[in-house]
Amino acid sequence: MGKMHIKVTVNGKQHELLAEPRELLIHVLREELGITGPHIGCETSHCGACTVDMDGKSVKSCTVFAAQANGANITTIEGLGNPDGLHVLQQMFKEHHGLQCGFCTPGMITRAYRFLQENPDPTEEEVRFGMAGNLCRCTGYQNIVKAILAAAAEMNAAKEAAQ
Amino acid sequence: MIPGTFDYHRPDSVEAAVALLAEHGDEARAIAGGHSLIPMMKLRMAEVQHLVDLQGITDLKGIKVDGGTVTIGAMATQHELIASEALAQAAPIIREAALQIADPQVRYVGTIGGNVANGDPGNDMPGLMQCLDATYVLVGPEGKRDVQARDFYEAAYFTARSDDELLVSIRFTAPKGGYAYEKQKRKIGDYATAAAAVLIAKDGGTCSSASIAMTNLSDTPVWCEAAAEALVGTSLDKAAVDAAVAAMTGAIDPQEDNRGPVDFKKHVAGVVLRRAIERAASRA
Ligand SMILES: Cc1cc2nc3c(=O)[nH]c(=O)nc-3n(C[C@H](O)[C@H](O)[C@H](O)COP(=O)(O)OP(=O)(O)OC[C@H]3O[C@@H](n4cnc5c(N)ncnc54)[C@H](O)[C@@H]3O)c2cc1C
Ligand code: FES
Ligand code: FES
Repeated sequence: MGKMHIKVTVNGKQHELLAEPRELLIHVLREELGITGPHIGCETSHCGACTVDMDGKSVKSCTVFAAQANGANITTIEGLGNPDGLHVLQQMFKEHHGLQCGFCTPGMITRAYRFLQENPDPTEEEVRFGMAGNLCRCTGYQNIVKAILAAAAEMNAAKEAAQ
Repeated sequence: MIPGTFDYHRPDSVEAAVALLAEHGDEARAIAGGHSLIPMMKLRMAEVQHLVDLQGITDLKGIKVDGGTVTIGAMATQHELIASEALAQAAPIIREAALQIADPQVRYVGTIGGNVANGDPGNDMPGLMQCLDATYVLVGPEGKRDVQARDFYEAAYFTARSDDELLVSIRFTAPKGGYAYEKQKRKIGDYATAAAAVLIAKDGGTCSSASIAMTNLSDTPVWCEAAAEALVGTSLDKAAVDAAVAAMTGAIDPQEDNRGPVDFKKHVAGVVLRRAIERAASRA
């Protein structure tokens, strides 16, 4: 089969492109759309560096075909915040040293974002279990867990203040 | 790691999907969550010319608990199995097992249908379905048929399903009594070194019925009637548990691989079965 028309919404913006069905979502994002936040770590569905949010689920975009993603609504790290307005999670990763080389960070934060949507007030153990699909070679995870717990506290405080 | 080229289809009904599978024969494959199939295609261990994506078929979705009967659509994801309160009431062993499968990202997309149809001895659901005595509902060009999970698995990646059949749902009677799914793995997210699914019912202090199935210890799941019989009629004392473990150890046939040598796997199988029996009994 040749290329097929693919429509995806990424970070609120609609894109239409031609891709072979076998192309992986991570390649479409990085190479066709220039969205290079999600990284390729293992390419074997293990490390979570390629994690994006697709229709409200954290998925490993190295294990999704472009064709499967046709019609999907996707959020990457670029859609969560930017240097002028960091997302609370990005801010807390910075403050709590939740990253060293930063390679795993976009996947970590994108996953943590969905995790906190589902469980806004987690225990440390729940954070560790909820983040089990993301590997980090640098930090030893301690500060990642701290950053996520701190972000949860910040988000809950902001919610309370708004009420 | 890019798979070979294929034509992509997204049918919106079971009939349309079956027609595609029938038309293209062994060149076609269904794809559910893709988290077993895509890795195999990337390694070029699965060659697929026609990929039939099931995501658009609403009839394959959903979890229903009706009286004592549980029906799960093939496309129900592991995430949905964990989240379903009705299922947790009717068959809590499914949540206990699903939480031990892979990691959160995989569980969002991995389906129960893909897990049981795959035929990989490492998959956790097939043994669990044998323990529950579940029925698989298959639809092909000739119509619908039921196959018991206990009759479904022939060898690694060989099952009773023919290439032009779709697994549409899984049905079982809600179990009574205590339950446990115990899995030993090298790290979180790994397939089992050994896993045990156990159901135990008690009448007073006596075990009145039991079901035991083991995972990743043979080229198919091992539902072990002799191990369960060793428990029935006993108080689940040490002698009975020893007899069950001995019967199970005789029924499994693990192979040496990167999860360890044969003797180690047999040892771990005994450990997980003992733990599962103890936990199931305490809940019965
Ligand atoms: C990192 C990682 C860790 C994992 N760990 C575990 C684990 O610990 N335990 C475990 O059990 N699994 C594990 N898995 C596998 C995961 O659970 C898979 O998602 C699951 O086995 C298959 O479900 P799927 O929906 O992804 O199926 P797919 O990959 O889409 O399909 C698998 C096979 O089943 C066929 N198929 C799918 N649906 C149907 C249907 N309705 N009718 C007929 N045929 C069908 C396909 O043609 C294919 O041959 C892991 C996967 C990964 C990537
Ligand atoms: S690159 Fe996708 S999981 Fe590692
Ligand atoms: S910060 Fe380097 S891999 Fe996580």
